[in-house]
Amino acid sequence: MPLSSSAIRANLLLLRGGCGLFVSSRLASSAMLSTRPYKLHKLESGPASEAQVTSDEARKYYRDMATVRRMETAAGNLYKEKAIRGFCHLYSGQEACCVGMEAVLDRNDPVITAYRAHGWTYTRGVPVKAVLSELTGRASGCAKGKGGSMHMYNHNFYGGNGIVGAQVPLGAGIAFAQKYREDKRVCVTLYGDGAANQGQVFEAFNMAKLWDLPCIFVCENNKYGMGTAVERAAASTAYYTRGDYIPGLWVDAMDVITVREATRFAKDWCLSGKGPILLEMETYRYHGHSMSDPGTSYRTREEVQSMRQMRDPIASFRQTLLTAELVAEEELKEIDQSVRKEVDEAVQAAKTNAVPDPKELYTNVYSQPPSGQPNYRIRGIDQFTWSAN
Amino acid sequence: CRSLAARLGPVCLDAASFSRRRLSFGPQFVYTPESADKSLGETSRMNLFQAVTSALDNTLANDPSAVVFGEDVAFGGVFRCTVGLKDKYGKDRVFNTPLSEQGIVGFAIGHAVAGATTVAEIQFGDYIFPAFDQIANEASKYRYRSGNHFNCGSLTVRAPIGAVGHGALYHSQSPEGFFAHLPGIKVVIPRGPIQAKGLLLACINDPDPCFYFEPKILYRSAVEDVPVNGYVLPIGKAEVLIEGSDVTLIGYGTQVHVLREVARLAQSELGVSCELIDMRTILPFDEETVYASVCKTGRCLIAHEAPLTGGFGAELAASVQEHCFLNLEAPVRRVAGHDTPFPHIFENFYLPHQRRCLAAIKDLIGY
Repeated sequence: MPLSSSAIRANLLLLRGGCGLFVSSRLASSAMLSTRPYKLHKLESGPASEAQVTSDEARKYYRDMATVRRMETAAGNLYKEKAIRGFCHLYSGQEACCVGMEAVLDRNDPVITAYRAHGWTYTRGVPVKAVLSELTGRASGCAKGKGGSMHMYNHNFYGGNGIVGAQVPLGAGIAFAQKYREDKRVCVTLYGDGAANQGQVFEAFNMAKLWDLPCIFVCENNKYGMGTAVERAAASTAYYTRGDYIPGLWVDAMDVITVREATRFAKDWCLSGKGPILLEMETYRYHGHSMSDPGTSYRTREEVQSMRQMRDPIASFRQTLLTAELVAEEELKEIDQSVRKEVDEAVQAAKTNAVPDPKELYTNVYSQPPSGQPNYRIRGIDQFTWSAN
Repeated sequence: CRSLAARLGPVCLDAASFSRRRLSFGPQFVYTPESADKSLGETSRMNLFQAVTSALDNTLANDPSAVVFGEDVAFGGVFRCTVGLKDKYGKDRVFNTPLSEQGIVGFAIGHAVAGATTVAEIQFGDYIFPAFDQIANEASKYRYRSGNHFNCGSLTVRAPIGAVGHGALYHSQSPEGFFAHLPGIKVVIPRGPIQAKGLLLACINDPDPCFYFEPKILYRSAVEDVPVNGYVLPIGKAEVLIEGSDVTLIGYGTQVHVLREVARLAQSELGVSCELIDMRTILPFDEETVYASVCKTGRCLIAHEAPLTGGFGAELAASVQEHCFLNLEAPVRRVAGHDTPFPHIFENFYLPHQRRCLAAIKDLIGY
């Protein structure tokens, strides 16, 4: 419930612990913020051009984006220290996409995405500690340490998928299950600009449209498929039109409110029985494709820097909030500090928590041993490894 | 857990140990460089990926129909196998494809059927599965179904495979077992740079479609003096690397180097003389060399990273017992990856490392 401005001021005084500093400007409890323009494909009209945002919502979005940003930075540092090995694809720069979409979805709407999944894992309810522990292969990780960076899961979060594009038909299938059970939910199926050229994506589009599935296809277009710029990989880079018979929406995904309203529009579209819809979230990643890619051999440092300076989703949202007087600068600073503390503690846990039990090497291959073979063993486990159990 | 640690030797499982010691992951081996036949002429120091580049360079230079394509090959490739080729031969001969494995292989098959020498790259062997239909149903059957009217023999598909220490589920797989089951194609896996160049050129020149899998951990760690000119090594011919009398060890790719160490340990710790064979070609495999060796030693150990059930070792084991039955002193043993997905954790326990192989040799000797 939005607080009155005097209540906000009072709270700020309490937070300050009476050290004598307080914000003198009048803070609003909500504001109408404008969204950035959309582009439409086979749609008569699009999302709203402005939206009501309360100060509570503003704080939540800011906090979530700041947490994802700091978590990804921490993951990058852990990787450089070799506490994380293997593959690690960072989401920094794309925070507005997961936070903005999650603002409209609820935990009963399933989500499935590709490997750049840490941001989504967090917004889907996995604490930072469990994300970082999964990266460092600890038992406290959200997949017991068995999945790693690309395979994080939670209730109604179907991962985390390593093979490019493979998750899109899966998403269509999940949407079908929703429709079949009359769940009144949407399935959000994300993929990247590189995956947009995979054949199976189009197979999924066809099935989704044929059967009017409540599926929101989302192309997170960060302009580069690994090291290949979109123009060099795709005959058509208008990804929001590539669903052809599926209506589409192009979204400037560097602004969280713009993303939120697009998602609201898409969810309403699907739930009113109109079938699937395709959102192209045009965004940007600051880091390379993965930790083994510096990200500067196929784009200039100036380009990356200019995105950070001019179009950063967190900095621009911060500016919007201050200008609209929705949240005080001191509060934002405190959110930053509390996020930093949370992530630092998570990093410590990720470095020191227990490793998984050795039996995790061969558990969960099947649901249980075949019924006719009570002494079934996973073949190949030599006597040394097995007798440890 | 402590007794497990004791039995496994120096590998320790407690959390403190994990964070304290930077355990080295992946296949444990020391690469033993080999030298090329002097008759092949001038050599240059190359690692495995440079040997691949050299083979592709020779091909593009001598065969005007040859093209090389795949994801990211133009800048040099994610494993540097195609560095410099686009600049030297032009972007219509060395070019990038979009991210579409099924499309890449299907397109490559068509290009080969039309008569051009086609070298397609799949970025990781783990990603080859969308293309499996094209390989199984088109490439392998083209000659047979058309009564020799058409064929895609000028096709070679290259892909990196195998454990690398941190690849986890989708960057470590060894898919050769799936391909061994397709009559009509050839499957080749080199163990080092000199072998790599000769075998790749042999695949490119071979009149049948070839699938050439490069052990990715060897790209940088295997370095030799490789002949700069083109040369071919025989496809379908295994190689005896060490002669011995008590046990035949069979492997391919990275595992050959692990088995070298196993042979050394078997001699020093058990007094057992091992004969080591590198299969080099999985399909069609060299039956003669294998049977001759096992008939001589009477004991056979096959090792591969791919999972045990249905792995290529199963075919070798069945064939060996069929042809060498009366000479066998013990059942044929296989040491392989476990029947689980390639793990994100505990890779060291999953792989067919020296200690597991040595334990199998003890069983063979003591049978």
